[in-house]
Amino acid sequence: MATVIIPTPLRKFTNNTARLQVSSGTIHSTVQELTRNFPDLKKHLLDEGGNIRSYVNIFIGNDDIRDLQHEKTPVKDDTVISIVPAIAGGAPDSPFTKEELARYNRHIIIPGFGIEAQQKLKAAKVLVIGSGGLGSPVLLYLAAAGVGTIGIVDFDVVDDSNLQRQVIFGVNEIGKPKVEAARRRLEGLNPYIHLNIYNTHLNSQNALDILKDYDVIADGTDNFPTRYLVNDASVLLGKPNVYASIFQFEGQVSVFNYRIAGGELGPNYRDLYPAPPPPGLVPSCAEGGVLGVLPGIIGSLQALEVIKVITGVGETLSGRFYIFDALNFESRTFTIRRRDDNPINGRNPTISALIDYEQFCGMRAVEEAPLKEITAKELYDWQVKGEKFQLIDVREPHEYDIVNIGGELIPLGTVSDNSNRIDSDRKVVVHCKVGGRSAKAIRELQEKFGFTNLYNLKGGILSYIDEVQPELTKY
Amino acid sequence: MIIIEPRVRQLLGDDALNTFPDECCGFLFGREERDGTRVVIDILVVDNSKPGDKTRRFQISPLDYMTAEQHALDHDWTLLGIYHSHPKHPAIPSEHDRVAAQPYFSYVIISVPDKNDKGSIHFRSWLLNDNQQFEEEKIADYQFIS
Repeated sequence: MATVIIPTPLRKFTNNTARLQVSSGTIHSTVQELTRNFPDLKKHLLDEGGNIRSYVNIFIGNDDIRDLQHEKTPVKDDTVISIVPAIAGGAPDSPFTKEELARYNRHIIIPGFGIEAQQKLKAAKVLVIGSGGLGSPVLLYLAAAGVGTIGIVDFDVVDDSNLQRQVIFGVNEIGKPKVEAARRRLEGLNPYIHLNIYNTHLNSQNALDILKDYDVIADGTDNFPTRYLVNDASVLLGKPNVYASIFQFEGQVSVFNYRIAGGELGPNYRDLYPAPPPPGLVPSCAEGGVLGVLPGIIGSLQALEVIKVITGVGETLSGRFYIFDALNFESRTFTIRRRDDNPINGRNPTISALIDYEQFCGMRAVEEAPLKEITAKELYDWQVKGEKFQLIDVREPHEYDIVNIGGELIPLGTVSDNSNRIDSDRKVVVHCKVGGRSAKAIRELQEKFGFTNLYNLKGGILSYIDEVQPELTKY
Repeated sequence: MIIIEPRVRQLLGDDALNTFPDECCGFLFGREERDGTRVVIDILVVDNSKPGDKTRRFQISPLDYMTAEQHALDHDWTLLGIYHSHPKHPAIPSEHDRVAAQPYFSYVIISVPDKNDKGSIHFRSWLLNDNQQFEEEKIADYQFIS
């Protein structure tokens, strides 16, 4: 009998036997005998055509049978046959340049993250909606992390009052479109990524077209119409929406409409809030204020969740809703679930296309009569002509101390209690900072007390300062 | 899980550095515990027999392979696997590694991002699964390097 020495990797197919005895004959008959006795060996020794695989070497003594008579090489009783796997390999043909590998080294060396995750980041396309307080850290960290394609949507220009929290901008960019300023900053940070900018209002007409080219959406908007628009567009297009929002001292983060590979689809914003709050109930950051560091914290968490969604590393906030309270440093995480009555993807969805979100959120409520408005210029005309009117300021006292235009101070929360201070026999102009709170005050006074002589100052005191008294302090 | 003793790490790192910018290669010997944990006790350095450019490829001659099997027998060790380096590339297996990979063997890859930065050297180990795909084999005693 001849002897066959089985290499270590194949011994699990030969009952852990290293040396097998086979009949004499030829290499061909030897291989036939081996694969007959140990069928699992077959796929490792023979290709689909039944020939010995190219990476399997067969040696007799120190001679390769390719140098003898190949499969016809005779096997005698004292022949020692070695099966020798070809051992070869090499470095990958990497999609990264060596500069990129150096740049992302601290990612690549993390166990459980590594080059695979980095490749996913490079291949990913993320759309960041809003480049303000939240968008700043999101954009900076995603660009730094090497997200291959980043889209930025914003219609605004950089204002000095943005710089308290929107750390992507500097004083040199004041007055410039935010998307262009952000692009310049990100190009300086990471030259290996691609940036697309959209200097426009996201709306029902353009949203699907802009979102469709991206894998992940990061919603950093500051108003309800756009938030519902982004949510609905993400659901309609089947894209995960990493959501964050901030107000004063509190921040929120979640991952909406996310499906883990092979898993169930997670909830979306409408599972949490099927309908928006009444207009004016929740002020925007421009009206209510926000601690500048808070978007830095919450936006960084948002960037983290975007990276997790892209790479599949870790567990995302899908199905959970995170709240951070900066004042007492408390975090809470709630479980959220899909609702059967979700109007966009519940059991009987009623929304199959984007709607008018301004109207949906009551910004252009059709059932409500429009308010009487006055522009800053018209107000100035009244003042110059000596028109008889009363001026009411519904802002807070500390705002009044910063700047005022001589109105009587009746903060929004106290207007009903002070309705007797408001004239009903002459025109009354009501103003706040930008016009939202004064509109709410007017509706309240009209509904409760039947006032018909109230005018809302369009654009609030900021508009008045811009157009009439630019020497006053803006805030 | 695979345990690579510090002395063996040193040997692997030295071979990878000495061979840089070419790929180094060799064999891993040791024992396999009942729970499947592998302990690498020693290595055998062999020549990279790839003709031509060795910076992105390696090859081990059949005679060296037979020597390695005999070496295991002589020391009553198990031939646990193969190591090779990826100069200036991460320690993950390439398609070239996958197509030629053997079942059972641990494939330890040594990444040398920068020859002058010894601290940048790191190891990862990979095992072929039944679908001929690599799965990572955890290396115990991973050292964190900031």
